[in-house]
Amino acid sequence: MISTLSVTDLSLSRGERTLFRSLSFSAASGEAVALTGANGAGKTSLLRAIAGFIRPEAGEITFRDADGEPIEADLARAHEVHLLGHLDGLKGARTARDELMFQSQWLGHSHHGIEEAIEILGLKPLLDLEVRKLSAGQRRRLALARLIGSPRALWLLDEPLSPLDAKWREAMGAMMTRHLAGGGLILAAVHDPLPIPTRPLDLGAGR
Amino acid sequence: MSAAYILFRRELALAWGGGGGPLLACGFFACLTTVVPLAAGGDPNVLKPVAAGIAWLALALSSLLSLERLFERDLEDGALDLLATGPLPLEAVFAIKAISQWLATGLPLALTAPVAALALGQSIELAPLTALSALIGGLGFAFTGALGAALALGAKRGGLLIAVVVLPLFIPPVVFGSGVLDRAAAGLSPLSALALLTAYVLFAAVIAPPAGAAAIRSAQG
Repeated sequence: MISTLSVTDLSLSRGERTLFRSLSFSAASGEAVALTGANGAGKTSLLRAIAGFIRPEAGEITFRDADGEPIEADLARAHEVHLLGHLDGLKGARTARDELMFQSQWLGHSHHGIEEAIEILGLKPLLDLEVRKLSAGQRRRLALARLIGSPRALWLLDEPLSPLDAKWREAMGAMMTRHLAGGGLILAAVHDPLPIPTRPLDLGAGR
Repeated sequence: MSAAYILFRRELALAWGGGGGPLLACGFFACLTTVVPLAAGGDPNVLKPVAAGIAWLALALSSLLSLERLFERDLEDGALDLLATGPLPLEAVFAIKAISQWLATGLPLALTAPVAALALGQSIELAPLTALSALIGGLGFAFTGALGAALALGAKRGGLLIAVVVLPLFIPPVVFGSGVLDRAAAGLSPLSALALLTAYVLFAAVIAPPAGAAAIRSAQG
């Protein structure tokens, strides 16, 4: 299980534009890092680089287990990383139940976890609806369900709270607290503060 | 349940259900093969010798129809990110999507092909062979087509680009496939042409997944 994520001297650019240079930070098990910065500062790109979608220009992204041994990046990403961005990958024509089952099972589900996710996120009344009929907040709750449905150590979240109302933000906070207590790590790009104690990491003004 | 099975079940459901899927391809195929006698005249002496060729041309064109949606939609709604963070490598994801595409488009087309060829004047004894060769060729169309779809990811008017990229790659199966039927119609053994068709399909099934996975990674980056 991933217990440390360390990023050393990371430089990222999109096309001609350099987003940031020599970014170093690390996060250990039980820790939540809140990634802030202006629009275009590279928050999403950093999350996508950690998830392996963007090749960094320079620097290292290392996942380590509890003994401090590095885990092979591809292996860590395939089994222990959740990336939840603006796009949730839900198919409008399928029912919420189908999508929840698929997303959780595909990422390595625990049966218990799926039921728990339905419970915690209040998805029961939505399960038989087609995804296209859900509101933005309901859709987000359905997407968040895979975090619990499929237990993975590192959560990379991009604006996880944005369409949620106060009640579900609180529920999300409780979910995150439990994940951290169980030894997980969270790295979240946020504009509004998360409902849990976090360590800030500012990417600066962008341009 | 293994991850491959879970993904396969979903992709098959999406390919069968999503926007007409198999019916659209079969309808297009039937229209194309109906237009030919109207355009070229209904004389059986004209149509019969080219029946196999026309059927295969129509198969190739009909196989193009749903390719645009194969990866593009997953890229737009974020499902491709989800698939890439799963337990299977992208190469396997690509192969599973291509096989689902085959089952949802190639298989119904292979069942329609003998009927269309029959309507063009092909003799009825060739119907099973037509279906078999169309089924094998369809797998080749699915893999090369999926490769084209992956290469066109993120491009504007990707559907047209896919057609331009993929149609040249469809030439060998069209040649071998109609060769199978021509040889059989001439009373020769179709096995050599069938073997070449199968060889093409196997080649495509080996080459397309790594190339397609690389194209998807670059589109995601």
